[in-house]
Amino acid sequence: MTSDHAADIDRHVRVYITVFGALMALTIITVVVSRFHLPVPIAVSVALLVATIKGSLVACYFMHLISEKKLIYAVLMLTAVFFVALLALPAVTVHNGYWIH
Amino acid sequence: MDIPYTVEVRRDTGLTNGKIGIWLFLASEVMLFGALFASYILIRTGAPSWPRGDTILNVPLATFNTLVLISSSVTMVMAWASLMRHRFGTFRIYMGATILLGFVFLVVKYFEYSHKFENGLYPSTNNFLAIYFTLTGLHMLHVFGGMMVNAYFLGPGSKLWKTNPEWFANRVEHSGLFWHFVDLVWIFLFPTLYLL
Repeated sequence: MTSDHAADIDRHVRVYITVFGALMALTIITVVVSRFHLPVPIAVSVALLVATIKGSLVACYFMHLISEKKLIYAVLMLTAVFFVALLALPAVTVHNGYWIH
Repeated sequence: MDIPYTVEVRRDTGLTNGKIGIWLFLASEVMLFGALFASYILIRTGAPSWPRGDTILNVPLATFNTLVLISSSVTMVMAWASLMRHRFGTFRIYMGATILLGFVFLVVKYFEYSHKFENGLYPSTNNFLAIYFTLTGLHMLHVFGGMMVNAYFLGPGSKLWKTNPEWFANRVEHSGLFWHFVDLVWIFLFPTLYLL
């Protein structure tokens, strides 16, 4: 193992520890905010925003997506398109507050 | 015949076959959980009323479990980093800790489920509990599956380290990607089911 490689891994480890601290803090923030009993649209927005930040940290640093090959990004972009379409299905099946049968 | 592209990358993809394989698998997993999340949105928005998760579920236990699963993600990535530093003994400690934390997560879920059943709360009780048991049950299966794979790499599978350390490190990385995905799913399940 070269000294450059070892230094690179050490740098990665420091990032992992920092991300770990951030994830712990964000989890506590999520729980504390939920105790304020905010109106549902605001509560949903805040909870999903914090969850998205946490998820991005895990994906970018623990799963190394921040420095991945183009093919992996292409696969994930395609997945994201279908995922968003799937989540949007409930919205497009409702018209004027009634279900479309 | 040797399995091709386990260590060296393919020229066309720039990746090992294992790496592209695990990401394609995770893409299918995104769609699996995505379908269930879409079902949750459909059922919740279509219901005349919907209970807040914290009125039925145990938030302190789930918060503890969230911290446990996040910790296990860190030990998992540290296990891989240990292999990259050629420290096999440290790898074993971190991998053992990852499996142990996964086990703690399942034990806490066992107590959560038991408490619900003792109070007569089953998947058939209402739509909220149906989606709760379906999503968390499927997630638990993933935790269990990840633990089995990690246990293999801690036990019999670790023999590969002696003959082909680079390949072994790649396999642990792929197992880690699955484990982090399981953590990622829980990061969204926790607020969705317990806090909203």
